[in-house]
Amino acid sequence: MDENKAPDIVEETGEGTDALAEFRQNHEIYKFRETPKIVRIIFIILKYLVLVLGCMLVILPLLVVLLGAFKTHEEYITTNVFALPADPQWENFVTAFIDGDVMRGLLNTAIILLISCAGTIITGTMTAFVLQRFNSLFTRAVKTVFLIAALLPNISMQVTVFQVINSLGLYNSIWAPCILYIGTDIISIYIFMQFLDNISVSLDESAFLDGANYFRIYWSIILPMLRPAIATVLVIKFVGIYNDFYTANLYMPSKELGVVSTALYRFIGPYGAKWEIIFAGIIICIIPSLIIFISLQKFIYSNLVTGSVKE
Amino acid sequence: MAAATKANTKKRSVSEWLRGYTGQKYMTTIIFLFIPIVLMILFTVIPAVNMGIFSFQERDQFGASVKWVGFDNYKTLFSDSSYFETFINSLYYFAGSFVQQAVALLVATILCTKIKFANLFKGIIFFPYMMNGVAVSLIFRRFFQKGDGITNTEGTLNSILMLFGADPVKWLSNTDIVNWCLVFASVWRYIGFDIIMYIGAIQSISPDIYEAADLDGANSWQRFRYIIFPGIRPIIALQLILAIKGSISVFEIPYIITGGRFGTSTFVIRTIDTAFTYQHVGLASAMAVVLLAIILIVTGIQKAIFKEGK
Repeated sequence: MDENKAPDIVEETGEGTDALAEFRQNHEIYKFRETPKIVRIIFIILKYLVLVLGCMLVILPLLVVLLGAFKTHEEYITTNVFALPADPQWENFVTAFIDGDVMRGLLNTAIILLISCAGTIITGTMTAFVLQRFNSLFTRAVKTVFLIAALLPNISMQVTVFQVINSLGLYNSIWAPCILYIGTDIISIYIFMQFLDNISVSLDESAFLDGANYFRIYWSIILPMLRPAIATVLVIKFVGIYNDFYTANLYMPSKELGVVSTALYRFIGPYGAKWEIIFAGIIICIIPSLIIFISLQKFIYSNLVTGSVKE
Repeated sequence: MAAATKANTKKRSVSEWLRGYTGQKYMTTIIFLFIPIVLMILFTVIPAVNMGIFSFQERDQFGASVKWVGFDNYKTLFSDSSYFETFINSLYYFAGSFVQQAVALLVATILCTKIKFANLFKGIIFFPYMMNGVAVSLIFRRFFQKGDGITNTEGTLNSILMLFGADPVKWLSNTDIVNWCLVFASVWRYIGFDIIMYIGAIQSISPDIYEAADLDGANSWQRFRYIIFPGIRPIIALQLILAIKGSISVFEIPYIITGGRFGTSTFVIRTIDTAFTYQHVGLASAMAVVLLAIILIVTGIQKAIFKEGK
């Protein structure tokens, strides 16, 4: 491609354009025809049309939810989905939040998130530290097992994970999802290991020579430096756990142990015909995601997406 | 180094060894990896081994009655066509993922040109990816709902159609179209992720190349055809392979929107039902083994392709 580099051009002088014309003749790839202005304008219009259409497709289903959540039941069963609520009701939100167990769901989800995130960060960073820094037959073997484990299809595995959870006496307890989120999270370990690749080993070595033991090195040097990676893992964990449905559905059938997903899922039974309450529940559950998304938008784009691609 | 000088004095106490370089390494490895390895054995190794063993048995979830049946479970799987029919449903999602990749690429390319409010457009289209799967599924239950005149008015889609004078359609109970509806919900949920990924890939192409093309008056299509597309081809290939894995592992959206009824069941839904509703853990294990085998094959192909590429 090097010989295809366009020569330096000074637009105003005739020389430059001559050189450019000559260059275009010599290199076929540059023989593009000038686009007429009208075509370019149509292109711009088309571009915005595609984007507006895409946004409408995203917003329309959500708009119906937002409008419906403020309607009374009579209004809901008589008016069109796009009709504005005559007298906006907040009652549905109260019903969904308290009677519909969304509050308990949010609380349980928060507890699970807290325990799982803390657990993942501690065990994940320790594992990554040992696997990345110490190269022995043992650590290589563990790495290989993790590599294979990452391929196992998560939901199908529950067929046999269930027996383990059950025989540990964790069935129908909040510890079941917590321990699964901590124990089967290999992606986080990879993210930590990748980050450790870029932290110089000489740092550990000089600390070691100064008399620090490996726990000190991990705690006072490695862990603080891993902060950006920890932030990435926290975002991935939040999205994964907050939105996970099946783990909670399978291991915590009891009503008291509902999380956000299962609380919403259970709306289908008692409120099956009361969509205005379901809508209110959906909105309450989306708000935390929306807040996190708006406040961390750029961070999410660069970390959530690139982080999970490296799977 | 400190460890090396210590190694010269041959007689060392255990505590000295522990404080040395190698000793510390061993101790740290054992202490730091203890919990992760226990968890790994409990929740990955044991279940994986059990999966293999159980697939030759007939048993329920609680192991009350265990009977060895040899290859019977696999024979059932491969002879009863109803199990493999669920794989046909995966083809809908696979076809959908092609459309998803094409649209994502188009939107990503557009967002990488000069666009006003690009961040707003990007944010709106990406947000469904952040949303709770149950919420998405319920939203699409309502989106495709057919009104019955008593408890429900027409859903979103039918309301739009009626604005244009069309008749309402039973989207979710018509076996001919219901899978396409679920694919639509799935594309709606995940496309934002692909768009962001493609934007990242497009932006990693050197701006010098674009400048040179601009100088030569390349139009948008030529820009895409000769610069963007060749530049991100490996990522497109990777995405399509991931789409195969994704479409055979579809679970949440059909499970919540239709409960797998009206011909929307997938292999994973069937596996879960077999294990937990019908308590045929042996057969379900065999199904999980088959799924794992398929995923391993696809991963093997992926590794082979991408080693060649680099």
